[in-house]
Amino acid sequence: MSVRNLAARLEVTAPSSAPGNPAPITDLSALRIRARRRRQLNIYGLRVLVAVLVLGTWELTTRIGIVDQFFFGQPSGIARQLWIWITEETALGPLWQQVLVTMEETVLGFIVGTVLGVVIGVLLGRNRLLADVFSIYIKAANAIPRVVLGALFAISLGLDIRSKVATAAILVFFVVFFNAFQGVREVERNLIANARILGADDRRLTTEVIIPSALSWIIASLHISFGLALVGAVVGELFGATQGVGELIYSAEHNFNANGVFAGMLLLAAMALLAEAIITALENRLVRWRPPAVGSEVQI
Amino acid sequence: MTPAIELRGVTKRFLTPSGGVYTALRDLNLTVQPGEFCAVVGPTGCGKSTTLALISGLEPASEGEVLVLGRPVHGIAEDIGYVFQTDAVFPWKTVLDNVAAGPRYHGRTTGQARSMAREWISRVGLSGFEDRYPYQLSGGMRKRVALAQSLINEPQILLMDEPFSALDVQTRALMENELLSLWANTRASVVFVTHDLEEAIALADRVFVISAGPGTVKANYPVPLSRPRNVTEIRMQPQFSQIYGEIWNDLRDEVLVSYERQKLSGAA
Repeated sequence: MSVRNLAARLEVTAPSSAPGNPAPITDLSALRIRARRRRQLNIYGLRVLVAVLVLGTWELTTRIGIVDQFFFGQPSGIARQLWIWITEETALGPLWQQVLVTMEETVLGFIVGTVLGVVIGVLLGRNRLLADVFSIYIKAANAIPRVVLGALFAISLGLDIRSKVATAAILVFFVVFFNAFQGVREVERNLIANARILGADDRRLTTEVIIPSALSWIIASLHISFGLALVGAVVGELFGATQGVGELIYSAEHNFNANGVFAGMLLLAAMALLAEAIITALENRLVRWRPPAVGSEVQI
Repeated sequence: MTPAIELRGVTKRFLTPSGGVYTALRDLNLTVQPGEFCAVVGPTGCGKSTTLALISGLEPASEGEVLVLGRPVHGIAEDIGYVFQTDAVFPWKTVLDNVAAGPRYHGRTTGQARSMAREWISRVGLSGFEDRYPYQLSGGMRKRVALAQSLINEPQILLMDEPFSALDVQTRALMENELLSLWANTRASVVFVTHDLEEAIALADRVFVISAGPGTVKANYPVPLSRPRNVTEIRMQPQFSQIYGEIWNDLRDEVLVSYERQKLSGAA
């Protein structure tokens, strides 16, 4: 940023300063912080505006009767439903217990699916023969809509947590697997050659070059796959369960309680957002070595 | 005395994706004495880099013999360092861990390897940058990391594939002088591939001219300039221009052949 540019900005923010006065250098950081804060406030403000618009229209149309609130629920009704769940309890017991059950299924499924996906992805990525033999089966399995496997797991693994974990894991597995596989394939040949010249054996090559290099790909897939784990857990609960947010939604649906269905969805969305924040933090820690994304710096 | 590197009648062919055969090197003979600094020059696509790949053991020869320190090459040899043309430092490791990689791969503990690495980082003038990641360094600094990373293994053979071609002229001269002073302390045998004849003469004891592909050694010239050298000053010596003129006569023909071919393949 040029000094002239800055001076021009200063005139706007500090009209008292004489026109054309060069900005004192100490003002730079304060200016930057202010600019960043203003931008943040703008974004939050616009977000609230979007929410108010959508919810307001929804509330209004259901109140007037253009939209039937029996089928489409009503924001105030959803809020009331949530409040009842929180302060009293749900049809299945305390609310925190339902959230905890679904969270446990999701996280376990996510971990199992991720570990299997990374291990098998790296294995096949490193071994041409294995990749050639198994690729057709993996593609075939990937083409099947895998949520239906939830029904199978409900039969074979029973109605307890295992069938939900399995459903979540199978959804996560394929996404992570394909990314890990591709990541391993895309490792720069120069880096492999360099490591080998420096004396790395096969094990070191895998742990010190292949996996770190594939990590960007793998982590990118985790953002999507946590959402899928949540889908798997909820679908598993829909196929048969006694606890969980999915079951809560199922029972609300049975009572023709549209507000209950929406309230359950809201809970799922909150869980997904929380997980997303955790994964982003993990990503920032694990791939510190990557240059910051272009355009992330604040313009002042 | 056993030569450090000996290539006898080496031919290297590649299968092209379209199913044809591409001969990169044909009947190449090249000998490097222990402690000798050799430069290899030649037109684009003459197989200079392939030569290094064969010596390092990254690629096997199709025909002929490759001997390093008197032993035939099968797979990657122990005593070799390789500085690549493009960046090959590990982007996910800090400068310290990049340089420490070699000793760790050779069985040192992380602590030992890191203290060795600190020593080498200061030798290449990067003290204070130990905790930086490669993306935070300039091109010249990354080259220094690559140099330290290779030299820390104390290789008897150092292969360099146009290592400074991506640097600006000033940084390049600095790095060339730096390389010469580092090399003076190790006395490794060096094969330095470059397309820049001035760079080759300024650095090397001997210059090999490779013919336009398929590459073969057209001639080799000793460079009897005294050491220690300063690459910027040495270019002003009359002897330098005389050697330059001599080698350029040879090289020019090859460059023209290569250029004509490119034009033809471009027109086709």
